[in-house]
Amino acid sequence: MQAVETQGVSRRGFLALAGPGLFVFFGVERTGAYQEPARLPSRQGGPSDFNAYLRIGADGRVTCFAGKVELGQGCKTVLAQILAEELDVAYDSVDVVLSDTDVCPFDMGTFGSMNVPVLGPALRAAGAEARAVLLQMASERLQIPVDRLQVKAGVVSDPAAPGKSVAYGQLVEGKRIERHLERVPVKPVKTYAVVGRPAARKDALEKVSGKAKYAADFAFPGLLHARMVKLPAYGAKMTDVDTSAAEKFGARVVKDGDMVAVLHERPDLADHALGLVKAQFDRPPASVDDKSIFDHLLETAPQFQPAGRPAGDVAAGEKLAAAIVEETYLNSYVAHAPMETHSATAIVENGKVTVWASTQAPFTVKTQVAQAVGFSPQNVRVVAPYVGGGFGGKTAGPQAVDAARLAKITGKPVQVVWSREEEFFFDTFRPAAVFRIRAGLSSAGKIVSWDGRVVGAGDREARPFYDIPNQRTVSAGGWQGGNPAGMHPFGVGAWRAPSVNTNTFARESHMDALAAKAGVDPLEFRLNHLSDARMRRVLETAAKQFGWKAGKAPSGRGIGVACGTYSTAYSAAMAEVAVDKSTGRVQVKRLVSVLDVGLTVNPDGMRQQMEGCIIMGMGYALTEEVHFKDGEVLDRNFDSYALPRFSWLPKIETVLIDNPETPATGGGEPPIVTIGAVLANAIYDAAGSRVLQLPMIPERVLSALKKG
Amino acid sequence: MERTISFTLNGKPASVKADDERMLLWVLRSDLGLTGTKFGCGEALCGACTVIVNKQAVRSCVTPVKDIAGKQVTTIEGLGPNGLHAIQQAFLKHHAFQCGFCTPGMIMNAYALLLQTPKPTDEQIIAHMDDNLCRCGAHVRIVEAIREAAGAAQGGA
Repeated sequence: MQAVETQGVSRRGFLALAGPGLFVFFGVERTGAYQEPARLPSRQGGPSDFNAYLRIGADGRVTCFAGKVELGQGCKTVLAQILAEELDVAYDSVDVVLSDTDVCPFDMGTFGSMNVPVLGPALRAAGAEARAVLLQMASERLQIPVDRLQVKAGVVSDPAAPGKSVAYGQLVEGKRIERHLERVPVKPVKTYAVVGRPAARKDALEKVSGKAKYAADFAFPGLLHARMVKLPAYGAKMTDVDTSAAEKFGARVVKDGDMVAVLHERPDLADHALGLVKAQFDRPPASVDDKSIFDHLLETAPQFQPAGRPAGDVAAGEKLAAAIVEETYLNSYVAHAPMETHSATAIVENGKVTVWASTQAPFTVKTQVAQAVGFSPQNVRVVAPYVGGGFGGKTAGPQAVDAARLAKITGKPVQVVWSREEEFFFDTFRPAAVFRIRAGLSSAGKIVSWDGRVVGAGDREARPFYDIPNQRTVSAGGWQGGNPAGMHPFGVGAWRAPSVNTNTFARESHMDALAAKAGVDPLEFRLNHLSDARMRRVLETAAKQFGWKAGKAPSGRGIGVACGTYSTAYSAAMAEVAVDKSTGRVQVKRLVSVLDVGLTVNPDGMRQQMEGCIIMGMGYALTEEVHFKDGEVLDRNFDSYALPRFSWLPKIETVLIDNPETPATGGGEPPIVTIGAVLANAIYDAAGSRVLQLPMIPERVLSALKKG
Repeated sequence: MERTISFTLNGKPASVKADDERMLLWVLRSDLGLTGTKFGCGEALCGACTVIVNKQAVRSCVTPVKDIAGKQVTTIEGLGPNGLHAIQQAFLKHHAFQCGFCTPGMIMNAYALLLQTPKPTDEQIIAHMDDNLCRCGAHVRIVEAIREAAGAAQGGA
């Protein structure tokens, strides 16, 4: 216990909340409170002190602590599987506590498909070491050497001595133990019994019963609902505001810095009060709109930077070409549009603020809140409860900061929930982009040169993975920030597989254009330029599942192929579409998706991600784009911003490559990257016209048909 | 106009004192503390706020509370008072959700479908569910769950 006391406030808070039980202490680098990001060694690093991740209660139940957020991707489930596997306890006996900055180890955020590949190994190591310590304790208790003991479902026994057994719960009862073992090996993958098999989701019962709590579902006596006076356009400044009618209605008004908020104990009456506020604004001139944006991006882009390693000499390669194919691919801004708008509930008690926030990054929000309200970090607790979708759009927490500020000012609990209009206005969109590709094709049907220039999207996966002897890809500006002021006229950010949907759409569309020019089947053309065995395997698996029959496009069959990488995952897709040539409307009839992420912890969960990626991908491919003019976002709800619906459903088939010996990569993003291109290629095959701009709305399809 | 409005909520008598033009969604969530019904769009465009009023699915975000006076209102909290309803069980079994935010509305809308059409075809399921939005893309599993619940309901559950 002494060692614990020296850890400081955060550790004591952790113990107080966690209650009695065994903490498996490993004694590694006790660098201090593990909630402090500044002390962590690396960007991806969690705590080196493994007991941060798990607790074994006296009742034998295991609690897993992680800073990740359950956004729907199923991380509660896979973390429980990983820990159950290494500890040799029943999956059902593992509870998971996520994303509470007071009790969970630091985590930089839930994005980038890093849950399994980055947190997974740390959790495996913690579980393996805990199991080894418990075996030692059992050995001492039972007076049987460790090497004769086995563990099943948290019970340690000697197979040769029936009746001699002790459960983890019995071992820890009434005790606290500090013991440390170094270099305990994790289980070999081939012995896995829990990992690699479908698991029942840990969040299922709460979600189907309506009991799952989201940030707007927390209520306290005296809770006030806050609504902010909205800006009509980007860059607008409020010059005058009259809140007297709102006050007369019974709302409380708070003016603090540039924030003007009305608060009421009923959320809808807060909305009403907001409608009574009269405000005047200065609006800067805004000339760019959703049509002129592409020229604007080219005019405002910074210098090109290399995107990936160049090869050979592009100019020399072009001299070998019998044909040059050059196209420019565009995509519009795309919104995250999670079903849950940004929400937060904040309460200040005894000099400490607690904020329940819909965020993918509770530790980042903790820092933001601490700065905004002037509390020291240990007096700020941020909890991300269940979050109603993120997709990269909830990586910060402005609504949490507002709720905390208002709770401090009013002395009351405060809830902030963005309207759908605010969700569209304040979103950090997937950037609009322009990707020009110029490639040379030899008379033998080989790509001899590739010159790619992407503006606006970012450089991830922009360089082709195909065998191209002379190639150069460059990138200017992107989703990560650091763009010249005004290049992107509003906020942009990570959107499920950032950069890569754009870059895959361009590359895979261009591969098809080259295949058509060469008169070669588009699958065969890709395989002719691929030596990467994992990419070949996902393509060949897709072809088998789809029943791909080789033919030169456009064949009129409406079939298409695309493949892509994201991080170290490989995905391939094949699609069949029908194009109504009179309306330009596209119906996706069938979509086969193949994914190789290495080891898959929960195959059913991975299939859920693949299905979700296909459907969300159909949205950005076919309808989703943000319309804007004069600094205003014109899409304010789901009437004009069209999300995929039930009636869109194609026949969906998902295939996971069995590759358990390859370290796991996250799968929540890779399967989406191919969807724009696979549909563009299938449309080309159906209609003989290539649509060069996402989304492929009917008018763009018709326009492409007219061009031929 | 503020008045007391009485109705049946999840099988029990209920009353609220409220301006009768206020929307049912906010009365449920704020006045009555039933947070299973979700706000998604505020304009009847997403279905996250779907509840049952006299056996019909309604969008509670655009239903004035005066319209439910004397009526039977069922929310996700009241669907399976003695455990999970067959539809909830089917959603659970098929993992017919991801983030879960649209799920109460999906389940309530599916419940209304099966009240009207106990054995729907896939086309009927899709047509009935089409205006309920799911951003995570759980659509395939939602259709499977409804299909199974329809079979289970007929099986005498």
